[in-house]
Amino acid sequence: MATTIAARKPSSFRNGLQAGVSIAIGYIPIAITFGLLAKSAGLTVSETVLMSLLVFAGAAQYMSLNMIVLGSGVFEIVMTTFILNIRHFLMSASLNEKVEEKSLWKKSLFSFGITDETFSVSATKEGTIQTGYMFGVILIAYSSWVVSSGVGHVIGSSLPSSLQESMAVALYAMFVGLLMPSLKKHRKVVLLAGAAAILNSVFSLVIGIAAGWSIVLATITSAVGIEILYSKWSKEENADE
Amino acid sequence: MNSTILIMIVGMAVVTYLPRLIPFVMFQGKELPPFVQAVLKNVPYATLGALIVPGIFLINEDIMYGVIGATVAFIVAYFGANVILVVISSIVALSVYSWLVG
Repeated sequence: MATTIAARKPSSFRNGLQAGVSIAIGYIPIAITFGLLAKSAGLTVSETVLMSLLVFAGAAQYMSLNMIVLGSGVFEIVMTTFILNIRHFLMSASLNEKVEEKSLWKKSLFSFGITDETFSVSATKEGTIQTGYMFGVILIAYSSWVVSSGVGHVIGSSLPSSLQESMAVALYAMFVGLLMPSLKKHRKVVLLAGAAAILNSVFSLVIGIAAGWSIVLATITSAVGIEILYSKWSKEENADE
Repeated sequence: MNSTILIMIVGMAVVTYLPRLIPFVMFQGKELPPFVQAVLKNVPYATLGALIVPGIFLINEDIMYGVIGATVAFIVAYFGANVILVVISSIVALSVYSWLVG
């Protein structure tokens, strides 16, 4: 008995590490480019690595560099970061339903590492999520992010442009790979993803809503709208029986 | 280290961590209404849809990068390949494309 219990924990951690490998690969070109841009925006290597260590949010970090170059103030940059990252609220709320962990301090610890990518990997995992698994996914993703940011600053050049252009697809391909198994199994998933994709395109490209809000609005509208449709349909089916 | 940059980084860290943390604190040990639970279960799939589109089509000025990347990823994933294989196939396909047009 003792051995099975002892063997269970490292295995969910190891599963997490394995599941996180594709994130780690996908982060490399983005973080190297971040390091490079941070250097040209005038940040030192320690400032660059510190930002990746403490913030760990790609889109916001890129945006802050743009704003530094444009001469924006600190408050403005912090507010924009907040708006851009408010979508993680939804992701944490969704994960909270799926994780087994009861201890709040452990959840507080791994909640630091929730990004679009670590969320997508863990939320599409079958069944409940063990804490070890979360730490595994986050550890490998976070390490890749922090180390590659530093590397980008130090080598001061990006990957060869052809490789960089091809690697830009990595995280999107990962999202497709994560979505597909459920997409094939459930028509509801097709509707949820399809509706959110269309809404996000309309909100961001046609109406011009800022990226952070656009994803939040598209996700909520789709998740709530499809749920209402489904609860109506299931009522009608019950009435027919 | 420049103190303005340091304040900015700490500020960004705080406002990034809070939205990640608050739901765990707010909903700790609480049973949410069934409808809300169902909506939260929908969130991952809706999020993935919104994360993929339109972003994947904007990875390069040449929209064909997105079209080819998305098509290859969909086909390889459809045939049940694991995620890493999906990622690598898309990268390889785009390397070939970039070599052909470059």
